[in-house]
Amino acid sequence: MMHHLPILQVIVPLLAAPLIALLRGREIAWLATFIVTGVTFVISLLLYYQVSESGARLVYDLGGWAAPLGIVYVIDAASALVLPIVTGIGFVVTLAARHLVTAEIDQRDHALFFTAWLLTIAGMLGQVTTGDAFNIFVFLEISSLSAYALVAMGAGRDRRALPAAFNYLILGTVGATFYVIGLGLLYMLTGTLNLDDLAVRLADIEQTRAAYMAMAFIALGLFLKMALFPLHFWLVPAYSFAPSAVAALMAATATKVSVYVLVRLMFGVFGIGFVGISEGLGTVLLTLGIIGAFVGTLAAIIETDLKKLFAQSSIAQLGYMAIGIGIMTPAGLAAAFIHLFNHALMKGALFLAIGVIGAQTGRATMRTIEGAGRQIPMTMTAILFGGLALIGVPLTAGFISKLYLIRALLESDFWVLAGLTFVSSALALAYVWKIVEAAWLKPRPEGAPDLYETPMMWLPAWLLVIATIGFGIFASPLINGAVQAAAVFFGGQS
Amino acid sequence: MNSLLPTFLQIPGLLMVFGALLVPLLPHAIRQIWMLAIIAVSVWLCWGIAPGVHMTTQLAGLDLILVRADAITRPFALFFHIAAALNVIYAMHENVRTTATAGLAYAGAAIAALFAGDFITLFIYWELTAFTSVFLILISRSERSFAAAMRYLLMQVSSGVILLAGAVILWHSGQGLNVQALDASTLAGGLILLAFGIKAAFPFVNGWLQDAYPEASVTGTVMLSAFTTKLAIYMLALCFAGTEILIWIGAVMTLFPVFFAVIENDLRRVLTFSLNSQLGFMVVGVGIGSELAINGTVSHAFASTIYKALLFMSMGAVLHRTGTAKASELGGLWKRMPLTMIFCIIGAVSISSFPLFSGFVTKSLTIGSVAKEGYFVVWMILIFASVGALENSGLKIPYFSFFGRDRKFEVKEAPLSMLIAMAIAAGLCIAIGVAPQLLYGILPYAVEYNAWEAGHVLGEMQLLLFAILAFAFLVARGLYPPQIDSTVLNTDWLLRRLLPRLTMAIARPILSVWFTALQHAKKLVMDGLYIGERASQQTGLVSGVASTGAAAGIFLAVFALLLILLFSM
Repeated sequence: MMHHLPILQVIVPLLAAPLIALLRGREIAWLATFIVTGVTFVISLLLYYQVSESGARLVYDLGGWAAPLGIVYVIDAASALVLPIVTGIGFVVTLAARHLVTAEIDQRDHALFFTAWLLTIAGMLGQVTTGDAFNIFVFLEISSLSAYALVAMGAGRDRRALPAAFNYLILGTVGATFYVIGLGLLYMLTGTLNLDDLAVRLADIEQTRAAYMAMAFIALGLFLKMALFPLHFWLVPAYSFAPSAVAALMAATATKVSVYVLVRLMFGVFGIGFVGISEGLGTVLLTLGIIGAFVGTLAAIIETDLKKLFAQSSIAQLGYMAIGIGIMTPAGLAAAFIHLFNHALMKGALFLAIGVIGAQTGRATMRTIEGAGRQIPMTMTAILFGGLALIGVPLTAGFISKLYLIRALLESDFWVLAGLTFVSSALALAYVWKIVEAAWLKPRPEGAPDLYETPMMWLPAWLLVIATIGFGIFASPLINGAVQAAAVFFGGQS
Repeated sequence: MNSLLPTFLQIPGLLMVFGALLVPLLPHAIRQIWMLAIIAVSVWLCWGIAPGVHMTTQLAGLDLILVRADAITRPFALFFHIAAALNVIYAMHENVRTTATAGLAYAGAAIAALFAGDFITLFIYWELTAFTSVFLILISRSERSFAAAMRYLLMQVSSGVILLAGAVILWHSGQGLNVQALDASTLAGGLILLAFGIKAAFPFVNGWLQDAYPEASVTGTVMLSAFTTKLAIYMLALCFAGTEILIWIGAVMTLFPVFFAVIENDLRRVLTFSLNSQLGFMVVGVGIGSELAINGTVSHAFASTIYKALLFMSMGAVLHRTGTAKASELGGLWKRMPLTMIFCIIGAVSISSFPLFSGFVTKSLTIGSVAKEGYFVVWMILIFASVGALENSGLKIPYFSFFGRDRKFEVKEAPLSMLIAMAIAAGLCIAIGVAPQLLYGILPYAVEYNAWEAGHVLGEMQLLLFAILAFAFLVARGLYPPQIDSTVLNTDWLLRRLLPRLTMAIARPILSVWFTALQHAKKLVMDGLYIGERASQQTGLVSGVASTGAAAGIFLAVFALLLILLFSM
């Protein structure tokens, strides 16, 4: 049984999804989904435990066919770090989905909603576990297609969800197509799709034009999927018009998985020795990352819709991850992994808390939260803590992220970038303060509807807030995990 | 240390911070006992901490030193506790939970910061003092105090952020995070000096002090006056002892608030200017850095905290009873509040360095060390600033509130709790003045200085007597204006008759530069927001919204750029 965990990680939600489509009860679809996400969370923790215990990578041959002929699933320190964050967020968001989905989705569609929900999660898990480049594309499409459907389900409350979903569909498909074109070029060059095998064979032929083209296609496709500035135009409308639960799930996990796939392809396949990686990609990521950090933060400062505000802040946070990767050192990559993990926690908490407001008022804007600090204190405090973590206040996970990112920048002598990173994260104070001012310092306007909260509504967000603070204080397991994950891609280098 | 307490409570000060959490839950009488008991336990804990490293921990891969003491830690910890206890006693008459809680936590955070052995730990307490103390200003609940509190918070938090930036750079340069002697000419040292300088109210970053402290509540101002600035002086003494530029910064600092104090009408604000000038003496002492000078800084910090608190307390009592602390509205209170008057005068003569009072035996250590190192100009400035202290705090404060023109206030003597607190502070001022060896005994270095040397006593008496003579002469001649226009800043003889243009000539350009800079900064921000707001209404890069076609176009453009970059290598 333990031996089969890598495949169970993906196959459990993947097979449960069509079964849930058959369920018609009001609560039963949610309950089944909740149990399935719980099981996947346990599996991912077991996998993490196995990998960190043994220090070895787990390789699972699908159908007994060994690599490179068969498809393999590989769990190493990097994928073992990303799996629990996807499944853990999926679990907590599913817990919150009970009231969010009841409030926002037509009851007839619940079963279909949770089917697409599990498919998205399964697709993301597949991208992380698989050791086959084409398999990544398949899972990318599984998770994306169901995500388009989930975003479109926001149309029940706001028709603008439909153009947002269409926009997302077209751009997402362009990105996936670019990825698969690059993959085709690689297959033409090497005759293999297995990631490890690709890395070995590319070493002989790497500096050819076709290899450069392949890298450019793949990188750009994944830049779009991870919403790197200026390829982020699908993200803001998609997150802000999607149902609250979907926004929380996607904001916390979807882009992170793409970041992981980018790292896996760029470092694991092309390798740091590839000139296009070491000189081309690093510059591009650093430049776009810091511009994205500023544009996202400034846009968040002037934004008045909370979902859009935090979607914009995601652009900035993804910029920081891009910077971490772009440094091209183990320390930088570790910083990117740390921030990937921590940002998932913070954004999950923030979008869940916003969902509590959005489910009651339709849209959570600066106006609807005026004076809300007294009516829904737990929810607003969760937003405050999430915001503090985004700024990088000490004793939150965000501080650890920023500390290691700036440290990695300084180690590589990127003094200006370190300063800019510092300034842009300090700017985040402006939009967090804006929320504090509206929620606590202003009185509730006359005639504004009363907001309410129950423990079931704020508990999921608080679980993530507590995790944010926990990883801010007891950061060493995460830091060790991230350092090991980074070492996977720099193992060949001495 | 005491094994009865859990480990984290053995960190000095944290007992008070956590003890403060219980304060809002307790009824009035028990709360007072609880707070005094906590302070008593805390002072006992601190007294037992010998110099050296006592408690370390690991956080996120950093080695943090939670408890570490230096030769100068013990005297600072002692007078911080004394000030905290005085604050509790002074505020016993009022039943305001916010002030009590914030005051105790603020004192605790400041004490914990004294024992911080590395800059990260220090940063945490540094910001904690800011976030606890701001409530003491907010409690006044007026538009003015809210704005002042926000400006105060901005400066305090900025100071902390600059400190953190300096610490990170220091760490990166391989010098570790420990609190250590720093070179002010390096980037890290410079940033940390700036961070300390903001809290110590260096010239040009002193605005928050005069802005915020007088806006706090009656009891809040007394609490504020003790900790933040002295903490900064303490850190300066640890990290920058012997840095020459501090001598000049300190000299300017002693001097310029004197002029502002002269034209100020609000007597509590006069005291904040005078406080700023007193801090200058300590900064000079740090800058000299000799054993004598550090002794001078420590003892002066000790004594000035007490007499400054005494003066703030007496003005607080006046404000509490009459509802105003404006020189133009006060006068003749000596009949109504005789005890407060006596205590105020004891504070006034202490700050003016009369023999037999605390200022006399402490200020002279600093001035003596300056003379010994041969800084003649600085010595002159300090002497002049001493006269300024006499004029501002020693004469102006008691004269305008208790004497001068009788305004016929029908008020009672200050509440008993205030009188007790003032009596204790006054007793300390006299005790230190009469028996300086009490204070000298806890100083970091052996004191070979005899304050009672004939020359020193005579020189000091000459200075004081001639200053008072001049004051008396001007009052007798009616040059001290009997009636003060309350709409103008306090106008007194120095400004009206002798230095009318000089003071404003100094003040006006500074004000106008800051005013213009602020105007431009505000306009810049507003313009930026306006452009951003317009952009967010439509589609575009900033709004994150674009038509599918435009987004695909951008995608292709980026792809083209990426290819150009790759193939041009």
